[in-house]
Amino acid sequence: MQVLLYTILTLCVLGILAAVVLYFVAQKFRVEEDPRIDEVEKMLPGANCGGCGFAGCRGMADALVKRDDISELFCPVGGGDCMKAIAAYLGKAAAEKQPEVATVRCGGTCEKRPRTNDYNGVRSCAVASSLYVGETACAFGCLGFGDCVVACAFDAIHINPATGLPEVDPEKCTACGACVKACPRMIIELRKKWPKNRAVYVSCVSKEKGAAVMKACKAGCIGCGKCEKVCTFGAITVENNLAYIDPQKCKLCRKCVNECPTGAIRLVGMDPLPKEPKTPAAPAAPKTAPAAEKPAPAAKEPVKEAPAAPKAAPAVKPEAPKAVEAAEPKQTVAPVEKS
Amino acid sequence: MKTFPMGGVHPSENKLSGAKPIEVLPLPDVVTIPLAQHIGAPAVAKVAKGDKVLTGQLLAEAASFMSANIHASVSGTVTAVDLQPNGQGLRQMMITIKREGDEWAEGIDRSETLVRECTLSAQEIIARIKDAGIVGMGGATFPTHVKLSIPPGKKAECVIINGVECEPYLTSDHRTMLEHGEELVVGVTILMKAVGVSKAYIGIENNKPDAIAHLREIVRNYPGIEVVPLQVKYPQGGEKQLIAAVTGRQVPPPPALPIDVGAVVCNASTTYAVYRAVQKRMPLIERVVTVTGKGLKNPRNLLTRMGTPITTLLEAAGGLPEGDCKVLNGGPMMGRAMVQLASPVTKGCSGITVLSGRDAVRRTAQQCIKCAKCVSACPMGLEPYFLSKMTQKKNWDEIEARMITSCIECGSCQATCPAYLPLLDWIRLGKQTVMGRIRARAAAAKK
Amino acid sequence: MANKLIVAPAPHVQTSQSTASIMRDVVIALMPALVVSTVVFGANVLRVVALSVAACVAFEYLIQRFLVRGPLTINNGSAVVTGLLLAFNLPATIPWWIVLIGAFVAIAVAKMTFGGLGKNPFNPALVGRVFLLVAYPVQMTTWPLPVSGSFDALSGATPLAAVKHGAAADVLGFQEMLLGNMPGSLGEVAAVALLCGFVYLLWRRVITWHIPVTVLATMALFAFVYALSNGEGGALLWQLPLFHVLAGGAILGAVFMATDYSTSPMTVRGGVIFAVGIGIITMLIRLWGAYPEGMSFAILIMNACVPLINKYVKPKRFGVK
Repeated sequence: MQVLLYTILTLCVLGILAAVVLYFVAQKFRVEEDPRIDEVEKMLPGANCGGCGFAGCRGMADALVKRDDISELFCPVGGGDCMKAIAAYLGKAAAEKQPEVATVRCGGTCEKRPRTNDYNGVRSCAVASSLYVGETACAFGCLGFGDCVVACAFDAIHINPATGLPEVDPEKCTACGACVKACPRMIIELRKKWPKNRAVYVSCVSKEKGAAVMKACKAGCIGCGKCEKVCTFGAITVENNLAYIDPQKCKLCRKCVNECPTGAIRLVGMDPLPKEPKTPAAPAAPKTAPAAEKPAPAAKEPVKEAPAAPKAAPAVKPEAPKAVEAAEPKQTVAPVEKS
Repeated sequence: MKTFPMGGVHPSENKLSGAKPIEVLPLPDVVTIPLAQHIGAPAVAKVAKGDKVLTGQLLAEAASFMSANIHASVSGTVTAVDLQPNGQGLRQMMITIKREGDEWAEGIDRSETLVRECTLSAQEIIARIKDAGIVGMGGATFPTHVKLSIPPGKKAECVIINGVECEPYLTSDHRTMLEHGEELVVGVTILMKAVGVSKAYIGIENNKPDAIAHLREIVRNYPGIEVVPLQVKYPQGGEKQLIAAVTGRQVPPPPALPIDVGAVVCNASTTYAVYRAVQKRMPLIERVVTVTGKGLKNPRNLLTRMGTPITTLLEAAGGLPEGDCKVLNGGPMMGRAMVQLASPVTKGCSGITVLSGRDAVRRTAQQCIKCAKCVSACPMGLEPYFLSKMTQKKNWDEIEARMITSCIECGSCQATCPAYLPLLDWIRLGKQTVMGRIRARAAAAKK
Repeated sequence: MANKLIVAPAPHVQTSQSTASIMRDVVIALMPALVVSTVVFGANVLRVVALSVAACVAFEYLIQRFLVRGPLTINNGSAVVTGLLLAFNLPATIPWWIVLIGAFVAIAVAKMTFGGLGKNPFNPALVGRVFLLVAYPVQMTTWPLPVSGSFDALSGATPLAAVKHGAAADVLGFQEMLLGNMPGSLGEVAAVALLCGFVYLLWRRVITWHIPVTVLATMALFAFVYALSNGEGGALLWQLPLFHVLAGGAILGAVFMATDYSTSPMTVRGGVIFAVGIGIITMLIRLWGAYPEGMSFAILIMNACVPLINKYVKPKRFGVK
């Protein structure tokens, strides 16, 4: 009995002693920190993706609290709402940024871009791209080893085995830019995110001359400049044999899509314009610009189609131009794979 | 027997063409000559489409000090100056010449007579070497005139001739030493004069006893030149390894250079080219290329004009074997796999190695068993397993601290790994990234 | 072009060695000792070895198949080596169920929980053995007599145990110890056979000489200094070192256990530090510890130091003074 008592007593005294010591140590070495940092960190999404440029959300929160001007800080994951809430809490002006989505600008699917050799090294785009041209003859296009997939912290980008190309799930993509940095060929771009995930973009980054592009890939931009001429908004520029659609100027009028001889301009989430009538399309276009309502009725059907299989959207997107030629098989295959 | 102090491996030598004398490949009908056949800035084209050129005429001029001249390897008409795919399928500026006969430019002595005496000064020798566009022909393609221009404050103590040829399969240096030994030794005396030293070593691995005996016989008449037989071990032909093997001195880690330990290293074929450039005013327009491989009917050593399509060489050796194969520009340890066989022979192309069948495909990588064979194989004393793993984890600071920039990319670690791990694939990526970071830091510091 | 070109970064050469061939070589190197042991202790040896190997392979297969669900690596033979080494550390008369428990601890606890081959910090066979030694001390130290032996005097005590209890170092003839004609774990007794395996492993470039030689040399030196400091002289000055090198699991441990790839340091210098540590700890346990033999404990203790050694002992870099 006595032994028991002594044991309990000793342990209690030890515990109290330790508690006292710990209390004083904690007092002495306490780090004064703005409690708002904790609050802001809670308001951030907590993904620690690094998309803001800081190592993690804590770093971002620290910067948000300490800096007077936070207009250059932006959390791509939380987006505008999150930033607004934080700015309101801190009483500062928030950065305004439109929503963006990662866009894979290569249409060199297995069938469009024949494989010329077998790569036998490490399955890494960075390694392969520093070694040679890649498994196809295109020195600009996607290598298909999925460095972007590894880089994505949100499970938003995956290689489609049927095309050999990565596809972005716009619902999951937070535009953190990790894939953009991971891609050694700089194929992925953060582009303006339209409602219903619609998009028009040039899905090629090859600066080769037209003949060389054609030799390597049937879906490449040959720099013919037809799209540049037809664009009424000055959104398209052709430089170094490559067309680029400025997402800020583009109004999704879709005229360029029909002009492109190789199908390199990709249309997502909308039906292409009917091919023949050149005259009615012209007046329709300027109307499109001020009121985004106008094309909506015309694009009613595709809009319906998109929510019907929202998960399928990424699968459909890179397929879109091809859908013009082979709509049936691809459209059906894709949703099955995703669901 | 001398060798380098640490690491190294001994892959099967497979010197299939070692006993085959050098043969002259018939002149090709069309040559494509890249403007960048060396480390440094690409040369600047001095001809345009439609120009008539003579063999040995200057096609493109060195763009800066760290660059090299390019000469026409055949006579004929320039049909294009444009982007063409190189062996790796990447486009480079190249000059295409359609051959018409074989007319040589003036001033080039094409005779075989040996010219021993060289009365030129060091500056004149280096100028002639620069004019001839000589670069390191062992594969590194470092401009030779740059190497011979000793930076102020440094002093050369000896010239080391690299006759090691430690790469399996390749025999072009071996045959050059055997068939042009006397010229080569005169080339050594020229190099000694150019850098102002009285001592030269010719390092040759012990698997070439005929070359050792032959050169020993010749150097008796040339004071200050010594033939050093070396134990057969890869990568003895690496510049730092060779210096350590011959002189016992170790070049400190980058950015130190061989000249910091007083050594100037020059490849055997390059030395022969130096002789021809200085004594005969012959520009670097042809070289010996070993075309070899177990699947080839007739592995051989071919004297080839620069710009000859590699397909022509493969045909001369009996054509590609059946089935999938790997065609390498260089030997199997450091050679680069090619996808464009129509691409041309360049100054750094010492051999074309064809690997077929099981040799062509890597075996499936397994998990690391921590056997530490990569650590003992590394000739630079690095920890390849660690560098490879940390590169995959993007831990750049750690690999920089573990001296990844010292890696010479010899491949000993990967060749010795019993788990077949792609160690060097990753380490190379890590090294590139770390070098980029160091450059970025330096640029930021300058600002 | 009909045939495709294959592309990969250099080098394009791979060694003829593989994980499986290395494990095969280790098994071959252990065979002479197995033969000697069978001759010395009878067919019981084969029963224990077969059971241990089968159990190790089975446990590894089951764990990989149903628990880890990763790739199956049973073919590389590492489980066979673990099984063999575990059996070599058991008395020939051990009950079958103890062998099974030992195999389970070795594979499931010491190897697979850490991620399998190459990731285990402790030598699996030794973890199994030490677990059994602590859990079943009686069965683990009941040594059978050599079937052909005439050593009634020892009555089943190993030479080390005998010396611990006061016998002289030349309690057995050294010739008998070389040939393995003494009680002990079934694989550790035959010094000559184990040394044959050592030479084979060296010839096949599976291991280097550094660790085994350093371990044994450290032990011999330690014993020599011990004898010297005890005021011994004459024959004992060489008998004691020789005895400690030949007795118990010294050679088995030094050659086959301390050289285990994943539980030994990555550099030669680190390996030497590791080996010196093993030698000293073994001798400390043998001379002053509670157990007559300390090899397994010494190796496990030094295994724990390996990450530290790997962190601080780096290879000598080229060009760095």
